[in-house]
Amino acid sequence: MTRFSALGLLRAGLTGQKRWPRHWRDPEPAKAYDVVIIGGGGHGLATAYYLAKVHGVTSVAVLEKAWIGGGNTGRNTTIVRSNYRQPQLQRLLEFSLKTWETLSDDLNYNVMFSQRGAVFLGHSDADMTRLAERGDALRCAGIDAELMSRQEVGRLAPCLDLSPTARFPIHGGLIQKRGGTARHDAVAWGYARAADALGVDVIQNCEMTGFLMDGERVAGVKTSRGDIGAGRVGICVAGNSGVVAGLAGLKLPIESHLLQAFVSEPVKPMLDTVIMSQSIHAYISQSDKGEMVVGGDPDHYPTYSQRGSPHRIEDVAAQAISLIPAMSRLRMLRAWAGTTDMSFDGSPIIGPTPLDGLYLNGGWCYGGFKATPGSGRLYAHLLATGESHDIAAPFSLDRFARGATIDEAGAGPAPQDR
Amino acid sequence: MMLIACPHCGPRAHVEFAYGRTLDAVLPLDALPDAAARILYQRDNPRGLSLELWRHTFGCRSWLRVTRHTVTHEISEVIAWPPTPAPEAP
Repeated sequence: MTRFSALGLLRAGLTGQKRWPRHWRDPEPAKAYDVVIIGGGGHGLATAYYLAKVHGVTSVAVLEKAWIGGGNTGRNTTIVRSNYRQPQLQRLLEFSLKTWETLSDDLNYNVMFSQRGAVFLGHSDADMTRLAERGDALRCAGIDAELMSRQEVGRLAPCLDLSPTARFPIHGGLIQKRGGTARHDAVAWGYARAADALGVDVIQNCEMTGFLMDGERVAGVKTSRGDIGAGRVGICVAGNSGVVAGLAGLKLPIESHLLQAFVSEPVKPMLDTVIMSQSIHAYISQSDKGEMVVGGDPDHYPTYSQRGSPHRIEDVAAQAISLIPAMSRLRMLRAWAGTTDMSFDGSPIIGPTPLDGLYLNGGWCYGGFKATPGSGRLYAHLLATGESHDIAAPFSLDRFARGATIDEAGAGPAPQDR
Repeated sequence: MMLIACPHCGPRAHVEFAYGRTLDAVLPLDALPDAAARILYQRDNPRGLSLELWRHTFGCRSWLRVTRHTVTHEISEVIAWPPTPAPEAP
């Protein structure tokens, strides 16, 4: 692997950008691997990288049916934060956020992680009480959180409608200054390149079609490019977890829904932080290219279609304009949808399945991108040792039957109401 | 956007309806704990035809059984649910 450096960039600039090597190989699948990971998204590639880097397991294949990072990794709003309320989620996402902070150096790949801050807006006294409580809980857990007055929110993001007659009047906010955004494609590419350099086979255009069984034990996978044996098989296909686990006869506490997001035409810098409102469920940031990136509620019915309904576009646009009136002057450039792996308590699942040799990482709902590095490290630990890491242990698949759900929204077993 | 043909009101835009749950997720009141956990938490989550209960929330407020494809969103059948009037409670 050629290391990227400022000097290399300069040299390539002077020689017509012609000598860049390809970032990862295009290997044929081998007969067998110690670990086979199904799904070449950010989480799967990160898992492969940490298997090789941290655990020294280099006989690893990542199988991707299309191209890497082409699913939900490329379909999110790139927000990274760890300001959750449940202690298990705080530990998981803070572990991930700490890994984000050194990720570009670690991978020698610029993932453009930008800690521009992530603000929850409060629209009423009740909201502010709730945000203060959340902030206190976060600080007790060692996670940064600062309560902001309306004036402070206004200084940070003058484009917000701060008038008392606003549709959603802004009373203040809660900021996590270490939160921000990253470049989603670069995360997939950076992990693929770094994993490949450590000997991992990243195999694209290789669709997994079934499991190879050895008695009750999963011993490999059938694919569109032949059978591949494996010591351990890891499912990492959030959005399609139910489909892949179904090939092994498993039923999961997951329903596949969809979430849309939108970008506007690019404009000059107008918002240098991430604005979120949990009361109206809108989140807005500005990409480094200048596009306003906007997301809202899911469409609230099961679907694998990866395309949403126009009524949601109207809802999200209305929310965005009510918060930032100037956005009414922008044209929307693109709308897209990802298939969200909606678990029944809103929290992810990382753990063994009832089948020996088969492991599951999924159920990330609409919050998987921010967890990419942490999820990779914890899943690598599980696939290398067969034991769940401390931080991942509460997220086991059997928590539902045990009644030990981790329900951030307190909504019960209702994936469509989150 | 889907068009759902309510057997009581005729074809209406899907924003009038609320998705409730899949048919296999209806919990009998006398279910034992194991069965209850299975019905509450385990889904086929089909990529294809799905039997679902929807409610015409902003219309006649009736529950309907909708047979819908989860990739194409094609709706092949909508019937009133339950199909016959429930017996009176004693």
